[in-house]
Amino acid sequence: MKFLISMHINPDVLDALTDEEKAAIGDGHGAFIEALKSSGELITTQALVDPSQAAVVSVRGGRPVVTDGPFLESKEYLGGFYLIDCENKERAIELATRIPDTAIEGLGVEVRQVMFADGQLEA
Amino acid sequence: MTAAPAVEDLLRALTPQVLSTLVRRHGQFEGCEDAVQEAALAATVQWPAQGVPDNPRGWLTTVASRRLIDQMRSDHARREREATTATEVVPEEVPDTDDTLVLLFLCCHPTLTAASQIALTLRAVGGLTTAEIARAFLVPQATMAARISRAKQRIKAAGSSFALPDGAEHEERLRAVLHVLYLIFNEGYTASSGSALHRADLAREAIRLARMVHAQLPEDGEVTGLLALMLLTHARRTARTTAAGDLVPLDEQDRTRWDRELIDEGLELVKVSLAGPALGPYQLQAAIAATHADAATAQETNWPQVHALYLILERIAPNPMVTLNRAIALAEIQGPSAGLALLSVLDSDERMAGHHRLLSVRAHLLEKAGDAAGAYELYRRAAKSTASLAEQRYLQSRAGRVRPTA
Repeated sequence: MKFLISMHINPDVLDALTDEEKAAIGDGHGAFIEALKSSGELITTQALVDPSQAAVVSVRGGRPVVTDGPFLESKEYLGGFYLIDCENKERAIELATRIPDTAIEGLGVEVRQVMFADGQLEA
Repeated sequence: MTAAPAVEDLLRALTPQVLSTLVRRHGQFEGCEDAVQEAALAATVQWPAQGVPDNPRGWLTTVASRRLIDQMRSDHARREREATTATEVVPEEVPDTDDTLVLLFLCCHPTLTAASQIALTLRAVGGLTTAEIARAFLVPQATMAARISRAKQRIKAAGSSFALPDGAEHEERLRAVLHVLYLIFNEGYTASSGSALHRADLAREAIRLARMVHAQLPEDGEVTGLLALMLLTHARRTARTTAAGDLVPLDEQDRTRWDRELIDEGLELVKVSLAGPALGPYQLQAAIAATHADAATAQETNWPQVHALYLILERIAPNPMVTLNRAIALAEIQGPSAGLALLSVLDSDERMAGHHRLLSVRAHLLEKAGDAAGAYELYRRAAKSTASLAEQRYLQSRAGRVRPTA
C-alpha cells in the first residue's frame, strides 16, 4: 500500500527554533530516509521551498493570472512529503511517528493512502 | 521483455530448479540467487539468438555455478581450489530432483514480512526479474531491490538450512506458502489501482505456482482447495468489469463470459478435495465459489448451500469478512432484515466498523428492504471509505440509483 506522509510546516515556528534544534530535525530526517531505504519502503521524498516563494496560477477569461505567494491564507503550509510503500496503514502511522516534526508543537504530519498514481515513480 | 515467450516460460520453470540445486550444493542462498539471476539474464540474451541448448537446465546450472565460483573467488581469494570445483561442474552431473518446493518454503520464512515473502517468492521461485516485480506492485525498482536484498539478509541471519521442515513446522510453513500465493493472486485479481495488465500477470503467476505446489503435494486438501479457488475466481475475470473498467457485481455478470475450461477444472478439484478427510478454509471458499459456478443464473444459486458453507467457515476460521458474506447469503434465504440483523454484530468489531465493505453490504440490504434514503446515505459513505477508484464509481452509481427524490 502506498501512503503520502505530508509535512505541514509553520514558517514562524521553524524560525523560532535554535540552530541545534534545526540541525536535530535535519539529522532526524536523514536517519529516517536511510531507515526507509534499507527497509525498501521509501518511494520518494521531496521538500518544498518556503511558501513565500510560491505563485498561484489561474486562468480567467482565457488569460493567465499569476499572483505571488501561497494559495492558502493560513499559518501552516505544505513543506514536503514522503511517498512510501508499506504493509498497511498502521505501519505508515508507525513510520510517521519517527519524523522529527511530530515532536514539535505547530508542525503537522498527515498520513493518507494513495488512491491513484501515474507517471514515473522514480524521482 | 526481449526474449521470445517460449524462452521466458522455460526460464521461469527452470530457474527455481537451478537455484535449489545450487543452494543444496553450496549453501548461501544470497550468493546463489544472484548467480542464478545472472545466468538467466545471459540466457535471455543468448538463447533467442543462438538457439536453446540441448540441456537448458544443465546450461543454466553450469553458468550459474561459474558465476558463483567467480564471486567466491573474488570474495575469498582461494583461486586454485575454486577453479578445480569450477571445472568439475558439467551438465551431466545435474541431479534430476526438483527442490522448488524447498525453495518456496525458504522464501516464506516466518522472519520475513508478507511483502518480503511475496517479493522473494516471485523472484526466486517465479523467476521474475526485480524490474517486473516492481512494475507489478507499482513501486520503483530500487524500492523492490532493497526489499529483496533485505529479505535475503534476514534469511541468512536466521541461519535457516536448506531442507524441508518436518512435523508441525512443515504444516505451519505450508500455510505461510499458501497464504503468500493467495496474496499474490489477490493482488492480481482485485486490481485496486494502476494498470490492470500487469496485475493479471500476477494472478496467472500465482496460479502457475499453486499448480506447481499441487503437483508436488497432490494429497493435501488445502493445496487442492487453494488451486481450485484461484481457478474458479479467475474464470470470472473478464465478466467482472465493463469495457470502461467499471465493476459488475456477481449477480449481474454475464455468466456466458465465464471461462468454462477453468471452471470445469476447478469444479473437479473441489470434488476431489472435499472427498478428503480434513476440511480447511481454502477448501470451503473453493466450495462456495463452486456453488456459484454451478448456477446458470444468479437466481438459480443454491443459497442455502452457500450459507451452510459460510457457517462452517465461520466456525473453523472466524473472521468478520466471513460473517459479512454469510449475512448476504442469509438475506437471500430469509430476507434482507435477517441479513441486517446479522450485520449488527459486526458493529462492535473495530476491524470492521466504518469498513467500506460493511457499509456497502448494509446499503445493499437496506436497498432491498426498501429503505432508499438509508441506502443512499450508506452507499455514499462506503464510496468515500474505499481507496479503489473502480469501487468508488460502482458505489456512486448505486447511490445515484436509489437517490431519494426530495
